[in-house]
Amino acid sequence: MQAVVIVFPGSNCDRDVAVALERAAGKPPLMIWHRETDLPLADLIVLPGGFSYGDYLRAGAMAAQSPVMREVRARAGAGVPVLGICNGFQILTECGLLPGALLRNSGLAFVCRDVWLRVETADSVHTRAYRPGEVVRFPIAHHDGNFRADPDTVRALEDGDRIAFRYCNPAGEVGGGANPNGSVDDIAGILNERRNVLGLMPHPERLADPRLGGADGARMFAGLVQALA
Amino acid sequence: MSPSAAAARTMPEIAREFGLSDAEYALSLSILGREPNITELGLFSVMWSEHCSYKSSKKWLRTLPTKAPWVVCGPGENAGIVDIGGGQVAVFKMESHNHPSYIEPYQGAATGVGGILRDVFTMGARPVANLNALRFGSPDHAKTRHLVRGVVAGVGGYGNCVGVPTVGGECTFHSSNNGNNLVNAMTVGIADADRVFYSRAAGPGNPVVYVGSKTGRDGIHGATMASASFGGEVEAKRPTVQVGDPFTEKLLIEACLELMATDAIVAIQDMGAAGLTSSSFEMAGKGGLGLELDLDAVPQRETGMSAYEIMLSESQERMLMVLRQGAEDAARRIFEKWELDFAVVGRLTETGRLVLRHGGEIAADMPIAPLAEASPEYDRPWRAPAAAPMLAADAVAEMLPPPDALRKLLSCPDLASKRWVWEQYDHMVMADTVRRPGGDAAVVRIHGTDRGLAVTTDCTPRYCQADPRTGAMQAVAEVWRNLTAVGARPLAITDCLNFGSPERPEVMGQFVAGIQGIADACAALDMPVVSGNVSFYNETEGAAIQPTPQIGGVGLVDDLDRTAGMAIADGDALVLIGTTAGHLGASLYLREIVGREEGAPPPVDLAAERMHGDFVRRLIAGGRVDACHDISDGGLYVAVAEMAIAGGTGAALHLESEALPLFAVLFGEDQGRYVLGVPAATAADLVAEAATAGVPARVIGRAGGGDLTVNGDWPISVQELAAVNEAWLPAYMSGQRPEEDR
Repeated sequence: MQAVVIVFPGSNCDRDVAVALERAAGKPPLMIWHRETDLPLADLIVLPGGFSYGDYLRAGAMAAQSPVMREVRARAGAGVPVLGICNGFQILTECGLLPGALLRNSGLAFVCRDVWLRVETADSVHTRAYRPGEVVRFPIAHHDGNFRADPDTVRALEDGDRIAFRYCNPAGEVGGGANPNGSVDDIAGILNERRNVLGLMPHPERLADPRLGGADGARMFAGLVQALA
Repeated sequence: MSPSAAAARTMPEIAREFGLSDAEYALSLSILGREPNITELGLFSVMWSEHCSYKSSKKWLRTLPTKAPWVVCGPGENAGIVDIGGGQVAVFKMESHNHPSYIEPYQGAATGVGGILRDVFTMGARPVANLNALRFGSPDHAKTRHLVRGVVAGVGGYGNCVGVPTVGGECTFHSSNNGNNLVNAMTVGIADADRVFYSRAAGPGNPVVYVGSKTGRDGIHGATMASASFGGEVEAKRPTVQVGDPFTEKLLIEACLELMATDAIVAIQDMGAAGLTSSSFEMAGKGGLGLELDLDAVPQRETGMSAYEIMLSESQERMLMVLRQGAEDAARRIFEKWELDFAVVGRLTETGRLVLRHGGEIAADMPIAPLAEASPEYDRPWRAPAAAPMLAADAVAEMLPPPDALRKLLSCPDLASKRWVWEQYDHMVMADTVRRPGGDAAVVRIHGTDRGLAVTTDCTPRYCQADPRTGAMQAVAEVWRNLTAVGARPLAITDCLNFGSPERPEVMGQFVAGIQGIADACAALDMPVVSGNVSFYNETEGAAIQPTPQIGGVGLVDDLDRTAGMAIADGDALVLIGTTAGHLGASLYLREIVGREEGAPPPVDLAAERMHGDFVRRLIAGGRVDACHDISDGGLYVAVAEMAIAGGTGAALHLESEALPLFAVLFGEDQGRYVLGVPAATAADLVAEAATAGVPARVIGRAGGGDLTVNGDWPISVQELAAVNEAWLPAYMSGQRPEEDR
């Protein structure tokens, strides 16, 4: 599998996801500067976490206008898998590849900690390594992770089996304070209609190495490699 | 002040307003052989400010131990450097941003983080960990909540955006900080040993290059502001506080490291306090060279800035470099890629003078040495502090049943969980955080290896208040112990020395004693000082803070499979290392439970400290320890409760055979002690081994069950311990209506 990681000014999880991808794929991804207008052939496009353009206008808003995004949109439209993590998810909503928006956390503060997620669908290249209903642990680290969409959109996500992850407690139950940011319906990650674009606020790359205290995230990358190799 | 506004007054009057003493002004006259102009006077005043010149502290700082075979670069550079093997070095320093953080907590704290990051990547290191020590006023004080909220958000806002994990620190509260909070920020970076960069300029004719953000009218005279005590007019000083732009800092890190991979850079220095002034004087001064700057070439954010404003601005995210001749174009391309300003602003000369040109005129022409390497040095009068008398054990009354005292201590502001703080910091970015905040020391992996760096920062100001020398010694010892407790070999420290006004002999006496304590401990523990910072004038209307010589330490973990955390496991035997004497003077028990702040701090026996720690480290390296925690604030009972909370399992302590009153055993803060959790079957052998090594050790209980008990009594569930420990800070912070500041 050949992955590319798009690097925006202010990306800061680009190296972290590259390490996780290399561990899974056995070869490093290509790192592509946001000013590029061409993309090399790729089996997977990753938009990493960070603070592109400092989040100064609105998280992800400026990066969504970067030159490289025209080609990212075209590839996504052609079915190439895209993974947006944290700021990458924000960029995906800002550029219209995913619906909804990520607003300020309901607690109004940045929050960094492990959260429990319930896998809501295994029907995507990104989540195929998990079982539906399975509970996994990924870290979050964001100020603007409060997913919002109008009720019709949320219903369409639900009806289309496009909610990939929900915040839950260790037993897999949603509600009761397990939601760290106020996201509607405890949504942590969603798929597009074609199911090739996943955006999620939690960071699978941060628990993809037992040395760091867990490896639930590694399975996402392993699953992608299996599907795309 | 603008030059025109200054015109109405005489130069000596302005000099005084700038913080120069009459003697210093007279010295400037004799150095120049004439009256300085307003720009030159500004340069004298900032370069000779306490903040930049260390004029009151230099004499004493020279007495600190700074050498060891693994020290690559000691104090005097942007940061200190130690060898960590594998062809790499660790680069680190801690710095204060106390005054600005009190005036404007968010930006003051944010720019403190930005400044210390620059000190580290200036030397060619990629920052890998941030820490901070925060000392706030009493929780009851009207400003405290606002300051906590702003400072924590500012530290996080900057560090999170640049993508460097904030992995550790301290956060405590005391009324002596009501008018002066302390914000000390530390950064640790890693560089290749053969790609380290220094600030010493070399090569007359070489171009001097400015990179980063544009220069604006912010932070002018910040260094002077930080060199005076607060009066009643703190709000009026807000314009001296800088505004941080962590996004630009992130770009600056990447651009500098990209340029540093080439051989273009001769010398580099960040523009911190006193901005362009201190960076140019220091670089040229270290190289014994002169410098000509064309101020019209300096990238500026606004029009009509005077030479004075350009030189004194403390706009953030800027660097000054000397490049090899001919390397300008390649360097420019890198900075343009990162959309940062790049301007050749001058040349090195052989004159030993700084010459500033602005608008076709010479704005300043002055010798460099008297403002840099040869700046004034004072031997301030000092009075040795009177040591607080030892408090006899029977002079302390047992006020509460021990389990109730434990509950109260676990929920007191200083010991309550600081999760509310560190969850606002991204402590996992870079994906190398092996041991997260909340333990004795954090551990970050050295990227791409199975080795790690342990990092911590510690100080116990109430000990330093009671006896500055012992208190400073204890701060160093606690750093060493915390590094040891995770299995690391302590390498070196950085110090951030926060005191009141050095113009008062009793404060100067605390400083001198503090330096002696640090020196003694560093020598005995083989852990030299490689960098540091002095922050005087932490006082308001004559009331000084408790002396706070904050110590930051770095240790090396040779094998990440062989570290220890605090979490005990069901069935572990609990082994106490060290001697328990029930010392309650200056203890947290005395302050929080009895309501008294008195007595001498616990004595620090450095030889015992070293012997106990070396023994514990050997056990951890041998893979024989499940959990390890040092005993500090609150004593043994608190330490075991913290281990139980971390492990999610109870513990039964058996302390029946004590000669001392049980509450003194439980809450005494005797130094040089650890609690280990070890497999029960190995405990007897381990205790025997300790005896052979001359290390006091005994089994004091067993982990398991759902409760913490003492001598079969006083059960408290682990859930309750955790809840009590976690509750205070979030409850305190929610006691105020949400602020709209940020």
